[in-house]
Amino acid sequence: MRIELERRPGHSAFFSVVSPFIALGLTIIAGAIMFTALDKNPIDALFSFFIEPLTEVWSLHELAIKAAPLILIAVGLSVCFRSNNWNIGAEGQFILGGVVGSIVPIMFHQWDSWLVLPVMLIMGMAGGAAYAAIPALLKTRFNTNEILSSLMLVYVAQLFLDWIVRGPWRNPEGFNFPESREFDVEAILPELLPASGRADLAIIFAVIATLLTWFMMRYMLRGFEVSVLGQSARAGRFAGFSANKMVFFAFLFSGALAGLAGISEVSGSIEQLQPVISPGYGFTAIIVAFLGRLNPLGIFAAGLILALTYLGGEAAQISIGLPDKIARVFQGLLLFFVLACDTLIHYRVRLKFASHAELAGEGA
Amino acid sequence: MELIVAVLLTVTTAATPLLLAAMGELVVERSGVLNLGVEGMIVVGAVVAFATAQLSGNPYLGALCGALAGCAFSLLFGFLSLTLVTNQVATGLALTILGLGLSGMIGENFVGQPGVQLEPIAIPLLASLPLVGPLIFNQDIIFYLSILSVVGVSWFLFRTRIGLQLRAIGDSHGSAHALGISVIKTRYLAVMFGGVCAGLAGAQLSLVYTPQWVENMSAGRGWIALALVVFASWRPLRVLAGAYLFGAVTIGQLHAQALGFGIPSQFLSALPYLATILVLVLISRNRRLTLMNTPASLAQSFVPDR
Repeated sequence: MRIELERRPGHSAFFSVVSPFIALGLTIIAGAIMFTALDKNPIDALFSFFIEPLTEVWSLHELAIKAAPLILIAVGLSVCFRSNNWNIGAEGQFILGGVVGSIVPIMFHQWDSWLVLPVMLIMGMAGGAAYAAIPALLKTRFNTNEILSSLMLVYVAQLFLDWIVRGPWRNPEGFNFPESREFDVEAILPELLPASGRADLAIIFAVIATLLTWFMMRYMLRGFEVSVLGQSARAGRFAGFSANKMVFFAFLFSGALAGLAGISEVSGSIEQLQPVISPGYGFTAIIVAFLGRLNPLGIFAAGLILALTYLGGEAAQISIGLPDKIARVFQGLLLFFVLACDTLIHYRVRLKFASHAELAGEGA
Repeated sequence: MELIVAVLLTVTTAATPLLLAAMGELVVERSGVLNLGVEGMIVVGAVVAFATAQLSGNPYLGALCGALAGCAFSLLFGFLSLTLVTNQVATGLALTILGLGLSGMIGENFVGQPGVQLEPIAIPLLASLPLVGPLIFNQDIIFYLSILSVVGVSWFLFRTRIGLQLRAIGDSHGSAHALGISVIKTRYLAVMFGGVCAGLAGAQLSLVYTPQWVENMSAGRGWIALALVVFASWRPLRVLAGAYLFGAVTIGQLHAQALGFGIPSQFLSALPYLATILVLVLISRNRRLTLMNTPASLAQSFVPDR
């Protein structure tokens, strides 16, 4: 048996819509097999993984908290990926956003004014964007591969955060714990419905970013430029678009959104700096971007689904004693299935069962 | 003298996994495929090698299973990127994400256990030579394999017919296909070789470098290996040089941490990553040279017309 691909004359509109759902279905089947292999009842396990977190109001709030950074980062990355710039260092830009945004509430904590929060958010965005500017600069000036440089900077950012929290920014009243001082109330992102759960403004930022990016990609010249340069740099040059400027735009845009996600996470749900502030949001967001087919609206839905895998991982650990790492396995599998199913959009997949006689005939 | 040997030995230990993983990826990229999943294959190789060695008590069986696990994992990448022509960059990332998750899950019961170490094998006579004896001829089997891989890959790529075919595929898969060379089959084999090498590199980490299992113990080595291939402009001997240079940087910063110097340890730990960026910048600054060295079909999907 062998698999042959046959290019479709145009792309299949049907599979463009359906393929993410096929991928989700396949992931759930693979998950059921995995749970069975781990000696757990697959129905129970899938229920506590994917349904249980949705049954209570407080846990819907948690879903929003996890989804917000994923959506913010992934929306930015979609612009990057569409323009054929491979920023995979969003994790680092997220961290730098968190650190730079925290300068005000940590170093100038005496300052209390309603201005603190907006200044923090802007500084967070600037921090993320500045950090993303490094691989962009190296790519445009020195032709350096942005995949590798942006990824290396993640490790550097993680070490920098570790140093600053354990060193200069360690809480003077913190009993020597590796934490910064706790933020004052004016530096904390307000909660939306404090009566029912912890969800904060970050999810609103995610909604706004999604809509604005969708509008830009669909109705603005800039969005058109992103697509043209991404699909064919040559065609873009003929249209008078500058590839180098696009590299900067894509990186600064995605860096700023990752930075916003970072400072929102620090200010909204952690409320201080800690040696680790992200459970891999920057990498999971890559999956979100692809599951959402690089479309901001799709990404919003995909962000909610991936946030569910984080919550499900925690829930499954508590209720049926599964290791929490299983969430990461789910995420990896999902990306595999998404990519595989996307093949259906451009190709017909045919299974050929050739008899031995036919194979011999082919060889002659 | 003994101190120098001891320090140089740690350099070889730090360089071996980089060398192996980069040598595997070099062959993969020479065939025109970009597998960004090296990090994932290393970490899966590491956990499988450790678990097998732990359960069987035999580190050699561990190393073998680590290599096989890397190979099996690379086939996953191969099936998607070669048969289903998915985007190679995204598929490689998926492999890394899945590998980190899967290894964490497999390794959960092994955290903190003391491991089984691969013992050095002294080569008779040569091992008693001064300096080079203990450095080169009294090492573990994975070290020998890593050196063998440099010789083997150089010979294979530049002295054999199939090596020439592999390079032809990497430079122009369309022409190679027209000449009747089986593009997909060769690429599958190259990807599998890359998987074996990365798996062995992982086994070295958990059986030699630090004989225990720590989550995410690959610590970015897969990515450094990818950078080394670019740094080496796709030439085996330069990969050897680059891997040892990075081994030296890694060990140098560890010694600097031990000595203190008043520099925060995190800054020193960041050095290998910063060095990677610096080296990439220096090597790719010359656009024309980079273009000349890069396999022309790198990361492009190929669908044979029939």
